[in-house]
Amino acid sequence: MELCRSPMDPEQAILRRVIGAGDYWIDSVRQGQTFRIVDLEGNQAADTLFYAAADPTERYSAIDTLREQGNVYLSVGSRLLSNLGRVMLEITADLVGRHDTLGGACASESNTVRYDLEKRTMHACRDSWLLAVAEQPQFGLSKRDITHNINFFMNVPVTADGGLTFADGLSGPGKYVEMVAAMDVIVLISNCPQLNNPCNGYNPTPIEVLVWA
Amino acid sequence: MTIDYQTLLDGGKHWSFTARRGTGLSLEDVEGGANLAMLFYNPANPLERYNAPDTLKCQHTFRLTRGHCLYSDMGRIFCSIVEDSLGWHDTVGGNADKALVARRWGLSRYQEARNDWTQNGQDAFLVEAAKYGLGRRDLAANVNWFSKVAVAGDGSLSFVPDHSPPGASVALRFEMDTLVLLHSCPHPMNPAEAYPRRPVRLGFFTAPPVADDDPCLTLRPENRRGFANNRLYHLGGGH
Repeated sequence: MELCRSPMDPEQAILRRVIGAGDYWIDSVRQGQTFRIVDLEGNQAADTLFYAAADPTERYSAIDTLREQGNVYLSVGSRLLSNLGRVMLEITADLVGRHDTLGGACASESNTVRYDLEKRTMHACRDSWLLAVAEQPQFGLSKRDITHNINFFMNVPVTADGGLTFADGLSGPGKYVEMVAAMDVIVLISNCPQLNNPCNGYNPTPIEVLVWA
Repeated sequence: MTIDYQTLLDGGKHWSFTARRGTGLSLEDVEGGANLAMLFYNPANPLERYNAPDTLKCQHTFRLTRGHCLYSDMGRIFCSIVEDSLGWHDTVGGNADKALVARRWGLSRYQEARNDWTQNGQDAFLVEAAKYGLGRRDLAANVNWFSKVAVAGDGSLSFVPDHSPPGASVALRFEMDTLVLLHSCPHPMNPAEAYPRRPVRLGFFTAPPVADDDPCLTLRPENRRGFANNRLYHLGGGH
């Protein structure tokens, strides 16, 4: 796995925002801008969706991205493709080495299947996203747009016999992933509140986002 | 099992239907090398739709085979795989669009080829989706029956040619009313030199009730909870 440090100086960022565990963040990133997500305390999952700002029906497509790069993991050099096959962003720096885009996001409904029917009221990523689209109607999103995401910092290895495993994260305190936008995009992040599995070390913690012009 | 209705879907075609709870559907790759893509929705609320990540995650699998259930994003089971002669079906490879078909096989237009044109999976799904008021925003990672995309240790993906022999078959049992969009257009990773055009035989039947030792119900505790969610959904609803 290739690791690549970024030359960008956090002091020069035009935006720095800490996202608490279990909160969402939605904002625009312009073409050519650099966008970083920092795993401040380590072992956190940042469930992320991207939309084309000009027409949000064009959006990040996990399956097109994986197929066209010929690999199930995201890392430096991965070009994040839209459902129209266009490059939305490219990962340009990464201190983790591998990010998941197969496992999707937690939901109160999928929690009932994975853990227990009586866990349906626990906070979940898709609830955060749905609150985001309800509170921020100016982005023109609805549940129809809540789809197959990237789990930055998560490690979900596929075995040769077709199994899917949830391994201990490769991330750690202060590690980050950085990408450059190839078009104007809307970024929607749920900082994952999952308490039932080790994706957050059973202790969800804050992340930070930074944008450079 | 008595087949109530049988039809042959030629390669490169699309269709859709609503399968009622308790309906069985058998699929047969008649000549070998077929690809049958499917998407699933709740006809009473199409915002509830097939979710490949949830399906893979809760059953700890990358492939689909007998015993697996296909989940909606609402924690319910659209259908379960009750028979399978292959052991591996894909739900990550997605669809070919018009540009990919043109690049790989060249476009064969309706004006010349009539119904032997080189239809693509993306357009096929868009046409069927529009019949129910759905569009591009509603498409998702689909199932590709009869296709296998293998993963190596470093995560690299490869399409496995000749995975599905003539006569390969799968049978589904619908666990709730389900809108099914389907097409038989080529898998986007198929390296065949000529546009692959392989027919699939579909057979509809009435599935026997789910027994206590059903292989889908008993595969994992997660599936018991999925079936419990379906029971809750149908409480007081007859059937």
